[in-house]
Amino acid sequence: MAEVVAPVSGSGATAPPIATNVDSLTWERPRASIWNKDWFLFVLFMFPNLFLLTLFTFKPAVQNLFISFQRVNLLNNKSKWIGLDNYRYIFDHPTFQQVLWNTLYFTVCTLVGVLVLGLLIALLLNQRLRFRDGARAVVFAPYLLSGAAIGIVWAYIFDPRFGLLAQILSWFSIPSPGWLNDPNWAMPAIIIVYVWKNVGFAATIFLAGLQAIPKDLYEAAKIDGANAWWRFRSVTIPMLSPISFFLLVTTVLGTFQAFDIQRVMTKGGPAYATTTLVYYVYDQGFGNAANYGRSAAAAMVLFAAMLTITIIQFRATRNQVHYDG
Amino acid sequence: MASNTTSQHISGKVAAYGAMALLLLVIGIPMFWMLSGSLKSYAEIYTFPPEWIPSNPRWSNYSDAWNAVPFGRFYINTIIITAFGMTAQLICGVLCAYALSFFNVPFRNGFMILILAALMIPGEITILPNYLFFGNTVRDLLGLDKNWINTYQAMILPGAATAFGTFLMRQGFMGLPRDVLDAAKMDGAGHLRTLWDVVLPMAKPIVVTFAIISAVNKWNDYLWPLIVTNTNEMRPLTVGLTFLFDNEGNNEWGVIMAGTAFVVIPLLIVFVFAQRFIIEGLTAGATKG
Repeated sequence: MAEVVAPVSGSGATAPPIATNVDSLTWERPRASIWNKDWFLFVLFMFPNLFLLTLFTFKPAVQNLFISFQRVNLLNNKSKWIGLDNYRYIFDHPTFQQVLWNTLYFTVCTLVGVLVLGLLIALLLNQRLRFRDGARAVVFAPYLLSGAAIGIVWAYIFDPRFGLLAQILSWFSIPSPGWLNDPNWAMPAIIIVYVWKNVGFAATIFLAGLQAIPKDLYEAAKIDGANAWWRFRSVTIPMLSPISFFLLVTTVLGTFQAFDIQRVMTKGGPAYATTTLVYYVYDQGFGNAANYGRSAAAAMVLFAAMLTITIIQFRATRNQVHYDG
Repeated sequence: MASNTTSQHISGKVAAYGAMALLLLVIGIPMFWMLSGSLKSYAEIYTFPPEWIPSNPRWSNYSDAWNAVPFGRFYINTIIITAFGMTAQLICGVLCAYALSFFNVPFRNGFMILILAALMIPGEITILPNYLFFGNTVRDLLGLDKNWINTYQAMILPGAATAFGTFLMRQGFMGLPRDVLDAAKMDGAGHLRTLWDVVLPMAKPIVVTFAIISAVNKWNDYLWPLIVTNTNEMRPLTVGLTFLFDNEGNNEWGVIMAGTAFVVIPLLIVFVFAQRFIIEGLTAGATKG
């Protein structure tokens, strides 16, 4: 299995995952460097990408750090250096503590949902069934769709009085919760939508991983007298571990950046029940009580969290145990 | 996994097909519910239990949605953002990946580290400074009469470069057979000719993969266009749909579902015809290598 690295896109959109060989991370000399030094052309080729990255990724990242130490007056655009006050403010504020808790709640539940259901779906579709390619396509489709659009569809489904879910629950004589209007049920609703949208991606990756497991490993386990459950535990799970780790990291980074579903379904409410870190960054920066300094400070917290995950992943994949087929 | 006895085998198959049917229902029903809702009248929306298929479909929901907000403009804006954004990312990414793969120059690895560093920076921390940049900064810098908030260049430029695409395509370029590149060199081909006639044709799958990833990201992009636009005339589909939803409130579900269908259906149609390409493209990063 491949070593993997989950990138974070610099353009606001969530970048899809990427796998790579460790070779390329250790900066070995590329094999095909056979031409003479050609600085001018090299600079010309590098220029568009590097210029735009500098202008819209590197420079703003540094600027964001500076803004997080400032109080910006939005009327005359004058800024005052206030040190760590923005960080002190947000960490002392009960709302922000709730935001951190919401982010953890959302991330952990979504992660478990996506990984467990994704693996189960992959195990199902790995069997010799008719229509399984078609089923894989159907399961994958939501991943492709705009979160804003499907958030609206699900808001209709969650309508507590006339929605689809209310009807299905009524078959079992269960009264529908208020879903998006109820602080206790709004986050579960968001999690359901997010899992629905992303489980197909995880299932597709797991399926590719399952199909890459050599059949003779199962045969050998069978000869050793292992039953189906033991074959799953001793062959399938270990062989899938690199891919599971990759999905874990990409899902966590994805949930940290999830925005559009919350924006259309709940706008972070009710009573901040669905305000995650990224939504807080947006709300502080561009909401009614805009405060650029606090938004920038919260964004730095988000950045620190994502960087931590990425560094853990780099170290883990470097030392990862590999099972070569 | 085949069981020992036939009856076990058959019941296993039945259970598997049952599970598959349930799975397809859970995944498919929201889309069905969107289409069904888009054809319901106000009265049909507010009846319980709801009808699964509206008895007299109300097609005028679609024209009502189209007239409530400028969907024609939304389409044009999304197409412009996607086409220019993807093209720019392809040009930036291919050139940069080629330079990092085939030029033997000092500090090349340093440049590669820069690209990797850009991969680590999430878009969320660049949004506020970029917003300020397209506000007063760009106006003063270029001596313009007005700022670039609510313009196409503001929506496209911050996402025109690509660290991810550079990385992905460099991986692809590095895997190309060395002897073909040597042969091109022997024939006296320069870098531009080698890129166009040798590298791009051979690395087509990875370039197409990145093009698909880029196009889907641009089509669905939400946070940045939401922030940087302030009139309906400039909004892309995803953001414009949100404003239809916000304006109509939680009651005109028929019209809102019709508007949602405008956003979802083009992508679903493309998916039906190119599903193999798209699934392989979007999962390529994880399964190759």
